[in-house]
Amino acid sequence: MDRRSFLAVSAALAASGCGRTAKSPAPPPGTLTHTGHELGHRLRDGGLPPAGETLKRKVVIVGAGMSGLSAAWRLQRAGFTDFELLELESSAGGNSRWGQNAVSAFPLGAHYIPLPTPEARAARHLLADIGVLHGNPDAKSPKYEERALVQAPQERLYRNGQWVDNLNPTEGISAEDRDEWQRFAARMRAFQAARGRDGRRAFAIPLAHSSRDPEFVNLDRITMAAWLEAEAFTSEAVHWLVNYATRDDYGCDYRSVSAWAGIHYFACRDSAFSQEGDHDAVLTWPAGNGHVVRKLLERGRFTVRPRALVFRIEPRAKDVALGVFLADEARSVTVVADEVIWAAPFAFAARALAGESDLAAALKARDYAPWITANLTLSEPPYAHHGAPLAWDNVIHDSASLGYVVATHQGVATLPGPTVLTWYFPLAAIAPREGRRKLMNLRREAWVETALRDIEKPHPEIRAITREVDVFANGHAMVVPRPGLIWGPEQARVQAWNAARGTRLHFAHADASGLSLFEEANDRGVAAAEAVLAKLGVKSDTLRYRRA
Amino acid sequence: MSTPADQLPPAAESSPTHQQEVTLRNPPLPSGEVLTRALLASVFVIAACGLVYELIAAAASTYLLGDSVTQFSLVIGVYLASMGIGSYLSQYVTDKIVTRFVDIELLIALVGGFSAAIMFFTFAYAGPGFRVVLYLLVVLVGIFVGLEIPLVMRILKERLGFKDLVAQVLSFDYIGALGVSIAFPLFLAPRLGLIRTAFLFGFMNAAIALWAVWLFRDRLKNAFAMGVKCVVVLAMLAAGFIWSDELTRMSEDQLYSDQIVHAESSRAQRIVITRWRDDLRLHLNGNLQFSSMDEYRYHEALVHPVLATLPGARRVLVLGGGDGMAVREILKYPQVESVTLVDLDPAMTKLFSSAEQLRKLNADALNSPKVKVENADAFVWLEQSREFFDFVVIDFPDPSNHSLGKLYTTAFYSLLKRRMAEGGMAVIQSTSPLYARKSFWCVVTTLEESGFNPTPYHTLVPSFGEWGFIAITKKDGPREYSPPAAYTVPTRFMDAKLHPALFTFPKDMERVPTVVNRLNNQALVQYFEGEWRRGGS
Ligand SMILES: Cc1cc2nc3c(=O)[nH]c(=O)nc-3n(C[C@H](O)[C@H](O)[C@H](O)COP(=O)(O)OP(=O)(O)OC[C@H]3O[C@@H](n4cnc5c(N)ncnc54)[C@H](O)[C@@H]3O)c2cc1C
Repeated sequence: MDRRSFLAVSAALAASGCGRTAKSPAPPPGTLTHTGHELGHRLRDGGLPPAGETLKRKVVIVGAGMSGLSAAWRLQRAGFTDFELLELESSAGGNSRWGQNAVSAFPLGAHYIPLPTPEARAARHLLADIGVLHGNPDAKSPKYEERALVQAPQERLYRNGQWVDNLNPTEGISAEDRDEWQRFAARMRAFQAARGRDGRRAFAIPLAHSSRDPEFVNLDRITMAAWLEAEAFTSEAVHWLVNYATRDDYGCDYRSVSAWAGIHYFACRDSAFSQEGDHDAVLTWPAGNGHVVRKLLERGRFTVRPRALVFRIEPRAKDVALGVFLADEARSVTVVADEVIWAAPFAFAARALAGESDLAAALKARDYAPWITANLTLSEPPYAHHGAPLAWDNVIHDSASLGYVVATHQGVATLPGPTVLTWYFPLAAIAPREGRRKLMNLRREAWVETALRDIEKPHPEIRAITREVDVFANGHAMVVPRPGLIWGPEQARVQAWNAARGTRLHFAHADASGLSLFEEANDRGVAAAEAVLAKLGVKSDTLRYRRA
Repeated sequence: MSTPADQLPPAAESSPTHQQEVTLRNPPLPSGEVLTRALLASVFVIAACGLVYELIAAAASTYLLGDSVTQFSLVIGVYLASMGIGSYLSQYVTDKIVTRFVDIELLIALVGGFSAAIMFFTFAYAGPGFRVVLYLLVVLVGIFVGLEIPLVMRILKERLGFKDLVAQVLSFDYIGALGVSIAFPLFLAPRLGLIRTAFLFGFMNAAIALWAVWLFRDRLKNAFAMGVKCVVVLAMLAAGFIWSDELTRMSEDQLYSDQIVHAESSRAQRIVITRWRDDLRLHLNGNLQFSSMDEYRYHEALVHPVLATLPGARRVLVLGGGDGMAVREILKYPQVESVTLVDLDPAMTKLFSSAEQLRKLNADALNSPKVKVENADAFVWLEQSREFFDFVVIDFPDPSNHSLGKLYTTAFYSLLKRRMAEGGMAVIQSTSPLYARKSFWCVVTTLEESGFNPTPYHTLVPSFGEWGFIAITKKDGPREYSPPAAYTVPTRFMDAKLHPALFTFPKDMERVPTVVNRLNNQALVQYFEGEWRRGGS
C-alpha cells in the first residue's frame, strides 16, 4: 500500500459520506409515465372532435384491464368472437400493466394473485387456460405451476434496524402487544370461518358470494380504525399491521376504509384451498399480473384497439351508441353496438353517460386512491446487511411506502445479478384529490428522490447501485372502499341496472365490487360476458361459482 | 445502524432535530477553530472505524461459520452491548483525558486492525476455540469504541457549547457511519478483503491518535513518548496491510493444512487446490470437493451403478462436476458418443482442462473430442435445452443456501424429466444420509413427487464420510432400475460384491418422513442448515 492509494481510499470514503449532506448527485435516468394523461383530460375538458362516421358492432368491451380481458376471454371461450375491445392507453392491462428492460420484466401495478378460493371459480378456470393451474380447477385445492408460486423466502419486514422474516408482529414487541395480536388473529380466524344466516361465508372473494346477513354487512358502515377502537384494540403493532393491509390492498389509510373491507383482507381466504395448507401462498411472475394479461392476449389473439377513448355512452332501446375518440387517427366515430360491457372506472362512465341521471349519480359516487410505483433497475442486488435475507416482498416498517418487490425473485439462476425493484407508494396519507394534484405537479426527480430516501434506510448503498428509475403515476388507481360503498345504495343501483331485463349496457370492472382486486375484476368481467352470451342466445354453462 | 453516539444518554435524547440544524447553518467556531474542526473530523473517522470492525466481525464469522442471519445478529448484539459497557466505563476516566484518549485509540487500532487476521488464524489453528476469540474481539473493540466517543465529547466540550457539541458529534458520527455502510459492501469487502480492510481502518485510528498527540503537544507532558508509541503502532498496521496477502495465504495454508498449489477467486466461488505428498484436494469456498486419495470411490459410485446398466446410453449430460472426474468415468463406456458438461464456473472447467496435474487426475477428460463443455447456470440451461439424454449425472454442491436449494426442487426435477430420453436414467449426489439424514430423504421424497422412481444407495468415501446417491427412472417410463450383474469397465472400487451394502440402509440412516422440497418452501435448505453444521475442516 503506498501513500497514494491510502489517500484515494480515504477520499472515496469521505466523498461517499459527505455526498449525502452536500449536494446530491444527479438522479439516475429513467421515465415518468402518467395513466390516461392526455386523453383523460380531453374527456374532462370536452375538447374532442365531433363524431363523424358511424360503425356497427355486435359487442363492444370498453377497457382492456383485467375485467375487460376476462370478459373477452369468457366470450371467446363460449365460441363467440364478434366483439371489439377499446382501450384508452397505448397498451392493454390497466392496473395490471407491466414494463420490460434488458434486466427483467417488471410490474407497473398489480403483482400477485393469492391462490383463488372456490368462490373465485372463474379465476381458477382462467388460470387453468393459461397454464398456471394444472388439473381440475374445481378441485378443492388444485395444483399450481410451481414456477408461478412465490419462491421462499416470501416476505420480510425492516423494523428497528433489522430485517425480520415475517410481517406479523411476533418478535421484538411487548407481551401485551403480543397478546393483543393473538386476540386480533383469533377474531380474524373467526370471521374467516363465519357464515351468515343465509348460509354463505361472511367474507367471500369475489365478494358477491358473501353473506348479506346484517351482522356482517353492517360492518360496512364504520371505518376499520373505528372498529378497532370499538373492539378495544390499542396495540401499536396491531394498528400498524391493519393500516399496512388497507394501504396495501386499497391504497388507503385504515381511517378511511370500511371495516367490512378491512376485515375482508384478513378473512376472505382460507388455507384449506392451497396445496400445503399455506395461507399466504400467492402466484407471481417477473411482470406481476402483467403475465396473465400477456398470456390472455397471446391465447385469445384479441384485437385491442389502443388509444381509443370512449367519451359518450347512450343506452337506447335496441342498441347502445358510443362516442369514441380514436387518438391515432385524430377523429371521433360513433360505434353502435348491440351490447356494451363497460370495464373501465365507473366515475368515467358517469361523465360519459347521456341521460339516466340517477344511474350516473350512482356511478359517480366513488373516489379513487392515487398510486406511484417506481421501478429501480439495479446493477446488483441490495446487500444483505442485517437479519433475514432478501425476500420477494420487502416491507419497511416506518415508512409511508409499502417497501419493494423483487422482479427477479422468481428466477432460478444460482448467481446473483442485476435486478429490478418495484417500489410501491400509495398516497394514502392525503385526500385522493390532493394526491392527484401532487401526481400532476411533481417531477420525476422528486419521486425518484422519495423512493431512494425510503429504500436508503435499509440499504444505504442504494444510490450507488441504481442505474435507472422508471416512475409510473396512476391518478385513479383503486376505488376507495369507503364506509357505505360496498353494501350501500349506489352499488345496489348499479347492480339493479345490470340485472334489469333488456339491459344492453353491462357494468363490469372491479368498481362493481368496490374492491380493486384481481378476483373481483375477473368475476365482474365474466358475469357481464355471461349476461351478454345469454342475451345473444349463446348456450354455455356458467363459469362462476354456484352454491351446491 | 446504531453508532457509538447512540449509546450516550444525553446525546440520544436530542439527536434528530439537532442533526438537521447542523446541516442548515454554520455555527460560529470558538477560538482554536482549527483544533475543533480537526477533532470533529476525527469523530468522522472514529465512527467509520467503529462500524467497520463490527461489519468485519459479522462478515468474517458468516464467511467462516455460515448462516449469515444468526452471525450478524449475534455479533451486532454483543457489539452494541459492549459499547454500552464502554460508555458506562467512560465516566470513571476523570483525569488526563487526552492521554487516555490516545491510548484508547491505539488499543482500538491494534485490536481492531488485527481483528480480521486474528479471526482467520484462530479459525485455522484453534478450530472450536474460534468462537471464543471472535466474541472476545467483538467485546474488546465494542468496549473501546464505547469509551472513545465520550472522551472526544469531553475534549470537545471545552471548546463548544453542549448543544452544538451533541449536534456536531452526532452528525459527523452519522456521516462516518453512512460512508462505511456504503463503502463496505461495495468496495471494502469485495476489493480489499476483510483482513486488509481491518488493517486500513486500524491505521486510520492510529493516525487519529498521532494527530491528537500533535494537536495537544503543548498540554501533554510526555508528548514525544506518546508520539513514538503511535508511530510504532502505525508501523505494525502498515506492515500488516502490506503483507495481508501473505497472511491470508498463511491462514489458508493452515486451514487447508496442506500446501496450496492453486488459489483463485472466480465470479462464482473461491477455488483452492492443495497438495500433501500424493494427495491433491479441491476446496470450493472452503468446502472440500474431493481428495485424490479417494475421489475414485465417490466418482465410481456416482457413475457406474447406473451407467453399467445402460448399454444403449449414447448421449450423456453432466450437471455440475466441472472437475471432469465424473466425465472420466463416463468415457470408460464405449457406447457413449457425446458428453455435455454444464458447469457454472468457467474458471473451474478451464483449470481442469489445462493444469497438468489435474488433467492427469481426470484423464484429460475435458479435452476429449466427445466432450462439450458449457459454462452456464444448470437450471437456466436445462430450461432452454431441447436435447434428450440417455443418462444424466447431477453433481451439485450441497444445498447450503437458497440459490443452491433451487437445484433440488420439484421444479428443477420436472425440467430434468423432460430432458431424459425414453428409458433414460439419472443419478444425483444427495449429501450424507448419515450426517444429513432428513436432507437426504427429502431429496428422495422430492424425486418421488416429481414423477421418478428413486433407488437410493450409499457408500463410504473416507475424506467425506458416508455418502449418498440416488438413481432414478421415470415413473411412467419403460424400465425399472436393477443393479448391474457385473461391471465390465475397469474400476478400482465398484464391484457387484458391494451391492448388498450399497443398497441397504442401516438403522441410523433409514428413511425418515420429510416434506417435498419446492421453490416456494425451500424445505431442504432448512433441513440441511439444521443438520450439517460445518465443523473446523
Ligand atoms: C399499484 C397497484 C397494485 C396492485 N396490486 C394488485 C395485486 O397485487 N393483486 C391484485 O389482485 N390486485 C392488485 N391491484 C388491483 C388491480 O386494480 C386489479 O387487480 C385489476 O387489475 C383491476 O382490473 P380492472 O379491469 O377492474 O380495472 P383497470 O385496471 O382500471 O382497467 C380499466 C381499463 O379501462 C381503460 N379505460 C379507462 N377509461 C377508459 C375510457 N374512457 N375508454 C376506454 N378505456 C378506458 C383503462 O385504461 C384500463 O386499461 C393493484 C392496483 C394497483 C394500482
